Amino acid sequence: MGTSLYAARQQVYPKAVSGPVRRAKWAMLILCLALYYITPWLRWDRGPHAPGQAVLVDIEHGRLLFFFFEIWPQEVYFLVGLLVLGAVGLFAATSLFGRVWCGFACPQTVWTDLFMWVERRIQGDRNERMRLDRAPWHAEKIRKKALTHIAWLIIAAATGGAWVLYFRDAPTVSVEILTGAASLEVYFFFALFTTTTYVLAGWAREQVCTYMCPWPRFQAAMLDENSLVVSYRDWRGEPRGKLKAEGVGDCVDCRACVNVCPTGIDIPDGQQLECIGCGLCIDACDDIMTKLDRPKGLIAFETLANIAASTAATRGMVPSPARDAHGMTARQTTRFVRPRTILYAAMLGLVVAVMLGAWLLRETTTLAVIRDRAPLFVALSDGGVRNGFTLKIANKLRSTDVLTLTLHADAPLQLLVQDAVAAGPDAWHVTTRADGITQWRALVTMPVGQHLAASIPVTFRLTDPAGRVVMQARSVFLGPGG
Amino acid sequence: MPTKIEKDAISGTQTTGHEWDGIGELDTPLPRWWLYTFYACIVFSAVYVLFYPALPIRGATGITGFIAREAIVEDLRAQQARMEPMLARIRTASPTEIAASPELRSFAMAGGRIAFANNCASCHGAGGQGAAGGFPSLADDDWIWGGTHDAIRHTVLHGIRAGESDEERVSMMPRFLADGVLNLAQINDTTEYVLGLANRSTDAAAHGRGEVLYAENCAACHGERGEGNRDVGAPRLSDQVWLFGADKAAIARYIGNPRMNVMPAWGPRLDAAVVNMLAIYVHALGGGEAE
Repeated sequence: MGTSLYAARQQVYPKAVSGPVRRAKWAMLILCLALYYITPWLRWDRGPHAPGQAVLVDIEHGRLLFFFFEIWPQEVYFLVGLLVLGAVGLFAATSLFGRVWCGFACPQTVWTDLFMWVERRIQGDRNERMRLDRAPWHAEKIRKKALTHIAWLIIAAATGGAWVLYFRDAPTVSVEILTGAASLEVYFFFALFTTTTYVLAGWAREQVCTYMCPWPRFQAAMLDENSLVVSYRDWRGEPRGKLKAEGVGDCVDCRACVNVCPTGIDIPDGQQLECIGCGLCIDACDDIMTKLDRPKGLIAFETLANIAASTAATRGMVPSPARDAHGMTARQTTRFVRPRTILYAAMLGLVVAVMLGAWLLRETTTLAVIRDRAPLFVALSDGGVRNGFTLKIANKLRSTDVLTLTLHADAPLQLLVQDAVAAGPDAWHVTTRADGITQWRALVTMPVGQHLAASIPVTFRLTDPAGRVVMQARSVFLGPGG
Repeated sequence: MPTKIEKDAISGTQTTGHEWDGIGELDTPLPRWWLYTFYACIVFSAVYVLFYPALPIRGATGITGFIAREAIVEDLRAQQARMEPMLARIRTASPTEIAASPELRSFAMAGGRIAFANNCASCHGAGGQGAAGGFPSLADDDWIWGGTHDAIRHTVLHGIRAGESDEERVSMMPRFLADGVLNLAQINDTTEYVLGLANRSTDAAAHGRGEVLYAENCAACHGERGEGNRDVGAPRLSDQVWLFGADKAAIARYIGNPRMNVMPAWGPRLDAAVVNMLAIYVHALGGGEAE
């Protein structure tokens, strides 16, 4: 009893840091944002009357356009394949390098990093920000805080809001948004993504990772003792103590690693849920170690297996450069090829192969035959029997075509296609629609006097002007039997 | 039963006091913003109930007067207004003109399909296949009153023997047995002759006797060779399609005591545009005849 059921958030004030990891993070940030931002502006010529945007989710017409790749709603399995690919890729990266996705490429991390950079430019570094937050409200504080939030909102609108560019023609819709001519729908989503970007990157930050994101819940299942994760080499650092103290390890308990952590955790405590694996503590610690003229790498991307090996090798040794060297030599080369990573690689290869196969075997013209169920057959006045069929021809190309529809069966069936042009006896010219579906109604008649089986297999066949079979579909002709 | 609420040594958090085989559970506090989000949702739902008629009270409206039913009526009205230009063209065009225009025809086929399902399918079947007991198939090529666009439109508009329109289709076959015109033996002979019209007679003697009876009683409407007469709605007897059954007993029963089925006039019930769309749709079911 006594403790509250609800905990207030501990504000995190990450300190600025420089070093190779930080540089890698900046590079990833620029790369990710550039990819995200430039992509909708890329053009791709698909001919007249077709969207000229290279990457476009065309909700209105039900098309997903990706450069030369263009899929229909019924081909959503390509999208599923991409998502499976992304998931397995994430598993593979995690089992090799820990949570690198979280630390470097996740949009939450990228935008939070960008927002923290803005915050630092306006309000100063860690100590200044803490002092500013503790201070009573005064003109300067109001100015700095207001400026920060305005800057965040502008960035949120220009980047998060840019998500709508993926769903509409980017040059058109951006002019419409700026001139107030866009639809309510566009403004709604523009405002929604601006708000979520502002709230998630400005306010929620590490709480998204700690409380909302499902990924940290099960990422432990992909990690093992051979994964490279951000680790504190406790065998070298402990026992901690003052710089000049006798018999202490390399860790001087300066808390530099804690001060730079964007999720506010203490990495020397070991592996923990909140750690997003960004490695900024590595830069911070290396900086201190360099200043103290001690070897770098007290915190490093290190496997748990090596930590255990070094710990075992240095057990009982007194803290000294000799212990450090001995521990480091006890390390094994990181095993990247393991059953787990082989499995993930195999899964990746399999999914890629399946998707590639599906893409190469993809038909650009499809024929679907739907036979009438009511009535199953029609008895004609002369004693003949007729069946009705609905044919749907989907043309996934952006050009029209005149194809010939014929019927093939082991019986003298006559074919009539309503609204089509006759192309000879029992053959009909049907015109396809560019990037669309045409529907035809076919009446198939068994003349009187023929022996009529209860069910006759039939094949509808589409041929192009050169006589090649474009597509065929099977169905059955039904009669009363006997 | 929580028995051992204590502080966890490693995390410094209190436990719930529950323990399962030595495994305890930390009573980790929820983040406070989560609590505020929960409160915000409660406030949202309260506001929602005020604006939308969520209370199960007859005639309940939101505080702005919003009623879901009226919103739907409004939507339907907007849809109708959107279709009106097309419907206006279809209303004034003849079915033949509609059939000749791909634009009007595709609209009429879509509208006709819905109108058929709403008004016609209960008797004529979902695909116009008809039903036993005198509901004719509209998908075959046998028409009592004609299968051109205009003939179908006329039948839909004015109905059959319903007494709802001056221009309705009327025909009346005498009740040859019930009214004592023919006796049972004569009915049998006539039936045998009628079967012979489609080469189905099995009793040459009866067939011979029936010829005279047919000429006297039936040929006036159904024609010398049973070819039928659409002007008076007399069906063709020389084909294979029988509305009330094709076997001898069914034909004999019908000659003795015919049933004159009724179809309502749809002119007073449906928009003229809908009647035109129905004519196009029914014509395309499979049995439509050229003008």
